[in-house]
Amino acid sequence: MAAVHDHDIAHAHDHHPTGLMRWLTSTNHKDIGTMYLWFSFIMFLTGGVMALTIRAELFQPGIQIVNPEFFNQLTTLHGLVMIFGAIMPAFVGFANWQVPMMIGAPDMAFARMNNWSFWLLPPAALLLLGSFFAPGGAPAGGWTIYPPLSVQMGMGMDMTIFAIHIMGASSIMGSINIITTILNMRAPGMTLMKMPLFVWTWLITAYLLVLVMPVLAGAVTMLLTDRNFGTNFFNAAGGGDPVMFQHIFWFFGHPEVYIMILPAFGIVSEIIPTFARKPLFGYSSMVYATASIAILSCIVWAHHMFTAGMPVTGQLFFMYATMLIAVPTGVKVFNWTATMWRGSMTFETPMLFAIGFIFLFTLGGFSGVVCAIVPIDIQVQDTYYVIAHFHYVLVSGALFAIFGGAYYWLPKWTGHMYDETLGKWHFWLSMFFFNLTFFVQHFLGLAGMPRRIPDYALQFADFNMISSIGAFGFGLSQLLFLYVVLKCIRGGAKASAEVWEGGKTLEWTLPSPAPYHSFETPPVIR
Amino acid sequence: MNVTEANSVVLRKLLIFTVIMFGFGFALVPFYEKICEVTGLNNLLQADTLVENTQVDTARWVTVELDANTRGLPWQFKPLQSSVRVHPGELTQVVYEVRNNSDREINGQAIPSYSPQLLGKHLKKLECFCFSKQVLKPREVRQMPVQFLIEPGLPTDINTVTISYTFFELGNDNTASLDINADQI
Repeated sequence: MAAVHDHDIAHAHDHHPTGLMRWLTSTNHKDIGTMYLWFSFIMFLTGGVMALTIRAELFQPGIQIVNPEFFNQLTTLHGLVMIFGAIMPAFVGFANWQVPMMIGAPDMAFARMNNWSFWLLPPAALLLLGSFFAPGGAPAGGWTIYPPLSVQMGMGMDMTIFAIHIMGASSIMGSINIITTILNMRAPGMTLMKMPLFVWTWLITAYLLVLVMPVLAGAVTMLLTDRNFGTNFFNAAGGGDPVMFQHIFWFFGHPEVYIMILPAFGIVSEIIPTFARKPLFGYSSMVYATASIAILSCIVWAHHMFTAGMPVTGQLFFMYATMLIAVPTGVKVFNWTATMWRGSMTFETPMLFAIGFIFLFTLGGFSGVVCAIVPIDIQVQDTYYVIAHFHYVLVSGALFAIFGGAYYWLPKWTGHMYDETLGKWHFWLSMFFFNLTFFVQHFLGLAGMPRRIPDYALQFADFNMISSIGAFGFGLSQLLFLYVVLKCIRGGAKASAEVWEGGKTLEWTLPSPAPYHSFETPPVIR
Repeated sequence: MNVTEANSVVLRKLLIFTVIMFGFGFALVPFYEKICEVTGLNNLLQADTLVENTQVDTARWVTVELDANTRGLPWQFKPLQSSVRVHPGELTQVVYEVRNNSDREINGQAIPSYSPQLLGKHLKKLECFCFSKQVLKPREVRQMPVQFLIEPGLPTDINTVTISYTFFELGNDNTASLDINADQI
């Protein structure tokens, strides 16, 4: 496949298709990376509109804007769209752009499969969003699609199951591509322990994906046959067990949350050394920490199910295993801090997002440790405390790292510097409104406000109003990001090859914008 | 070996791994059932034994509502009385009746469900038709007892509870898997 592709490259310089066909048929990792990133941004706005509708409904107690059924559909689809549509494709987009450039490869290993992995996503997204228009509406039982609700719902659930199948296939193909590229196509001299950390985190993430995505596919297939073909995997009134779904689902689901954060660790590990103008502190411990997190993530799944009925021994095991993850994660946080220590730091937008990431992700990590404690978890299960926790790790964690990475590499991708002033505005607005939205949700959760409910008791009114104001501020701030990106694509100060004076990885040896075909002759790493 | 060949080797390995993991998802089903069996979790099909004589709390009444359902088999299934009033700690017997409306022999298994959930902890069943499979000949009618007591430890704010049973069909031919099922539900 790669040989055919190399052959194509020799001719493609003169005639590649233009317009829509260029994108539909593209096998170029940079084109595909761009498509992934735009797709994920569109999904991010779609999921964002759902979130704002939810927050608008929760602005005041009572039912004002949407009916409860539709509210439940919104919370479910917000979760599914943001996870499978926004965060994951965004990181795959980064991997497509950056992995070949950072390891000195000409392209991804399987260029045509790469095209397929992307083009599976839009149909899956249409199926997922189309479920709103199916009889009975979109799935409304939460993004975790627990039975018995998910067995009973209308055909919107079947559409969602197929969408998950397709997105899973896309993820697996993308992961196989990434693993193969990293293992086989590194420039001569680049040993595994010389790889940039972003590449390392993606290698481990890709392994996690091929490990757990098929299990999710199995779980939703069982759901599908329970719904349509008379099997009884999860139906208690047929000899099945609904709790078993939770076990299988979270066997996928917990590694999944690390799938969404490990590449973020990688991006931050590239940004911090660049703007601290120091090599990353504790490189090999970073690699081992990432691997430990990945391994540990596979044995902690039942901490999502402490209230589902479990013997105390089980609760204790999953509690301690979960807390153990804080150790390698702590190693990472300390390494980033130590990298900044006595560095010649400057605070361009990528660095601001990276520091914001460290600060807020650590906060989310702490509330995670709190949730891991069984007696506390039983108290806060399914409350806004949990919502606050995972938005701290997924929005100010994964999403902030995505923004940081986008600002960091935009000059390399477009050849222009982005508008630094507007970028900083974007950061500070996001930072302020994010905390306004989610910090108060800790208090709501501790006070007992349940998640996934369109109405609430009067004593929660003030914090909810604050949270909703924050959400609209945060949502609108993201339009500024869109403007900055468009402005950067259309023009701006010419970016140098190096762009940032501290950037040491291979992509900074290429001119800006990075040529359509790069590293056709591999660089040699000393 | 050139890069293309090396790449296809990795591709093949990872595809095989993916297929194995897809199978692993399904393998979790018997694994889960085995775990439940070995640890004795989730065992609804064994009679409870009374450790000690419980004191009957004659000062309190609890209404026990009885419910019966069938899922996908041509049986008529109902309790002979729709509810009973009991004192906590008092041994009570109720009778369910099941009728096979079809012309074939059918194996059925009943599965209990309690409301509120907390009742599961305080309900002791000494005898129940749900502890074993029921085989009904064509048109057979059978009356089946449930002997239970509710422990006085049931929180005092609960005055009404529901015991519900659902019958589902077990495969006629496959008695081996049936026993496994019956052990593990």
